[in-house]
Amino acid sequence: MNQLLFLLEKEFRQVFRNPAILRSVLVMPFIQLLVFPFAANYEVKNVLLSIVDHDHSSYSKKFISKITSTGYFKLTDYSPSYNKAMEAIESDKADLIIEIPPGFEKELVKENKSKMLLAVNAVNGTKANLGGAYAVNIIRDFNQEIQVEWMTFPSFNAIPAIEITSSNWYNPTMNYKDFMVPGILVTLLTMIGTFLSALNIVQEKEIGTIEQINVSPIAKSTFILGKLIPFWIMGLVTLTIGLLVSRFFYQIVSIGNIGLIYLFAMVFLLALLGVGLLISTFAETQTQATFVGFFVMMIFMLLGGLYTSIDSMPEWAKWITKINPVAYFIEVMRMIVLKGSGFAAIKYHLLSVLGLAVVFNSWAIWNYRKRS
Amino acid sequence: MNEPVIIANKLTKRFGDFTATNEISFEVKKGEIFGFLGANGAGKTTAIRMFCGLLLPSSGSATVAGFDVFKQTELIKQNIGYMSQKFSLYEDLTVKENIRFYAGIYGMSRRLIKEKTGPLLKQLNLLSEANMLVKSLPLGWKQKLAFSVAVFHEPKVVFLDEPTGGVDPITRREFWNLIFQAAERGITVFVTTHYMDEAEYCNRVSIMVDGKIEALDTPRKLKQSFNALSMDEVFLQLARGAKRAGD
Amino acid sequence: MKQFIIFVQKEFYHIFRDRKSLLIIIFMPIVQIILFGFALTNEIKDSDIAILDNAKDGASGEIIRRLDASRYFNAARYLHTQGEIETAFKTGKIRLVVVFQPGFRAALLHNNHAQLQLIADATDPNTATTITNYAASIVRDYQSDLNLLVQTPYLITPQIRMLYNPQLKGAYNFVPGVMAMILILISAMMTSVAIVREKEINTMEVLLVSPLKPFLFILSKAIPYMFLSLVNVTTILIVSVSLLEVPIKGSLLLLMAEALLFITTSVSLGLLISNVTNSQQTALMISLMGLLLPTLLLGGFMFPIESMPRPLQVVSNLVPSKWFFIIVKNVMIKGLGFKMVWKETLILFGMALFFLAVSITKFKTRLA
Repeated sequence: MNQLLFLLEKEFRQVFRNPAILRSVLVMPFIQLLVFPFAANYEVKNVLLSIVDHDHSSYSKKFISKITSTGYFKLTDYSPSYNKAMEAIESDKADLIIEIPPGFEKELVKENKSKMLLAVNAVNGTKANLGGAYAVNIIRDFNQEIQVEWMTFPSFNAIPAIEITSSNWYNPTMNYKDFMVPGILVTLLTMIGTFLSALNIVQEKEIGTIEQINVSPIAKSTFILGKLIPFWIMGLVTLTIGLLVSRFFYQIVSIGNIGLIYLFAMVFLLALLGVGLLISTFAETQTQATFVGFFVMMIFMLLGGLYTSIDSMPEWAKWITKINPVAYFIEVMRMIVLKGSGFAAIKYHLLSVLGLAVVFNSWAIWNYRKRS
Repeated sequence: MNEPVIIANKLTKRFGDFTATNEISFEVKKGEIFGFLGANGAGKTTAIRMFCGLLLPSSGSATVAGFDVFKQTELIKQNIGYMSQKFSLYEDLTVKENIRFYAGIYGMSRRLIKEKTGPLLKQLNLLSEANMLVKSLPLGWKQKLAFSVAVFHEPKVVFLDEPTGGVDPITRREFWNLIFQAAERGITVFVTTHYMDEAEYCNRVSIMVDGKIEALDTPRKLKQSFNALSMDEVFLQLARGAKRAGD
Repeated sequence: MKQFIIFVQKEFYHIFRDRKSLLIIIFMPIVQIILFGFALTNEIKDSDIAILDNAKDGASGEIIRRLDASRYFNAARYLHTQGEIETAFKTGKIRLVVVFQPGFRAALLHNNHAQLQLIADATDPNTATTITNYAASIVRDYQSDLNLLVQTPYLITPQIRMLYNPQLKGAYNFVPGVMAMILILISAMMTSVAIVREKEINTMEVLLVSPLKPFLFILSKAIPYMFLSLVNVTTILIVSVSLLEVPIKGSLLLLMAEALLFITTSVSLGLLISNVTNSQQTALMISLMGLLLPTLLLGGFMFPIESMPRPLQVVSNLVPSKWFFIIVKNVMIKGLGFKMVWKETLILFGMALFFLAVSITKFKTRLA
């Protein structure tokens, strides 16, 4: 116990003397939280639209004015032919082409039906999905307006119709930042936790002080604990700063219990630091540790459900997310902050991360050898 | 003065088919300054690392302070001090903080640390530098400090692995004065070195060539039996036949 | 020239001796491209939905069957009261709740008007929008099947065509992105670290007193990493084509040439970093924070640049990966020729030239 206190004292002194660490714990959260949510914004507002109107009828014009007034689309190109519009797509001047065929209005009146062609640049899946969905909705609305306008009263209501009402819970204004900020906060903790701990032990290896520790009677677990606790505390400091920034800058007030966030963060940091320590027991140089740390972090973050939904991943990738503490925390963070979920809802997550923490840390202790 | 503190019996370490130390056997008595000489690559560091419990021996047996190097390494560690080739203090801690830290992990009480720190700083002439970062000290001072830290908890044995590399002759002399003082307090000193003048300071010297101990005696007797004027000559005679040239 | 070859040789030795790092450099890109290529997709598939069926009649049953049978949804839970909706969302997995009014079928057939409510978990606004739309169109399909006999008047049918990527595979977007990221990481970070390491272990002094010209010295550092990066480009392309089935629609030659240009730009950037730092750790941190994050955030493959606020859009122009990403997307996925990417090429070329010029003039042939 006494030995542990001495270790902690030493680690803290070193931290406070290292401006790089202080900067990454105290200042980086600010910068990242102030910049990232603006950059990591998947709000699809401006789908660039190219229109090919072969009809030039009053209804095709009415449709064009309707779609451009919704706010989702920005008319950037008005081409005489589909091929010309394709050029706009090729040069990224447009994301979506709507082609109104010749005789659109006439066919609608005479044949009772007509067509419209939507061509979406699908290289970017999200944009294609959303852009396509918006456009189809607008066409449907437009269609209904026409039906109401043209149909004679008696025949109206003659067909069964289902009225679909939809509502969006937890984020009624559909603010993408509300979704991203809690997630970004988690990635921040991830970066700080993994890197600081991974680099720290390797650094002692490189400068040779680890050997001095190894010949001392200090127990492996005491040594690792002495390394863990300072970073664990720093992680919680970062979390606090992050929560303050999201409260006062983004006005995101957690609906759920803040204490629950801290409880989860404590366990989460433990798991993460275990990963960092594990990396440091494998690596010989800081360069190697950085590389491996970076690799692991990329997988943690990209397979963490921050950017793309875990639901849509293939089965084997979902299994990877089961051993990814970041995936649990991002989900829990969003559940607590946005939905106000309580302890009962997150206890499975908490237990899983606790399990991971135990596994990673025991592995690190087992793998850290005082002698070769 | 007669009980052996280090006993090595046919102690061997193999890395693959390379035998780093080959069946070395000797005893070191309490309070003795035992010189461990050899060219680069002769196997000195490997031997020292086995005694400190950093390396698991391949065969043979050895005890340090009465504890087995195979099974009781953690007990050994409570009874030894160690100063490695690589510089072993934290550069971003102050002189005082380094002393405090190392003393602390060897389980010394805060009170005892406080009591002993003042006299040590005075002895090392570091009173005014006590709160300076170790980074800013000249190399010779750092080495003296590192040694003092290694014996601060009064271990039974202290292992020094080429402690005076790159240090000027005057500082080396001062460094050895510290070693003598420690030996007088009953601390057994096990030291490896390249400097043959330092070998003369030892009570007994062993010379390793290609992983084997080729000679072991007091410096005076060694010079006699090799018919040499200095330890330098003894060493050259033995080392000339070495197959493993310096690294 | 002979000296130069010896220097290059030495660099290769460094790389091949450090087996662990080499292994990481060669395999990391492969693992990443496979992992992200398969796993990162924005496609909606098998989302868990909950049903609150207050009607329990043929019509609601049929709609539920259709929702469950579609590849988008998986009817995971059946709720009994309005109050259960909240719990369903709060425990996590449910993305959408479908609520049928009591007497749904009767209302539909007799009054010709029935109500159905879709409640989405909108914590992720995009997924919520897409899912609601999918569900709505399944319901509408059911409705128009009901009306097969009665022809709907004045019907406009939208026909959707997904260009370039009909299956909406995430890989089409991520392969060019990951390629840009890996190349800048390896070229810039490794080069800078390699030079700074010589400073740290003081071999720089020895090299500086050798008669080799600074320019050649820098080049000798850069060549091995350019070579490694080219190996990476090749493996990434092979994996993309063979495993991820992302085709190379345009000219392979053009693609490789552009990759070489981007590698040159990244290496020059690495040289610049090495000039302004003295420790490996700083070099690593600058590379990570200064190159990697901007590449991820502002490179355009994760987040659409046009949705960002103006200042960030301007900054994104300074990120080399953004231009490379556009080039690869255009050449590889869209199959366009040089005519459509000359502007981006020119920008990258200019950047490379600038970085090189600055780092050579700043390269100190004297210590301190």
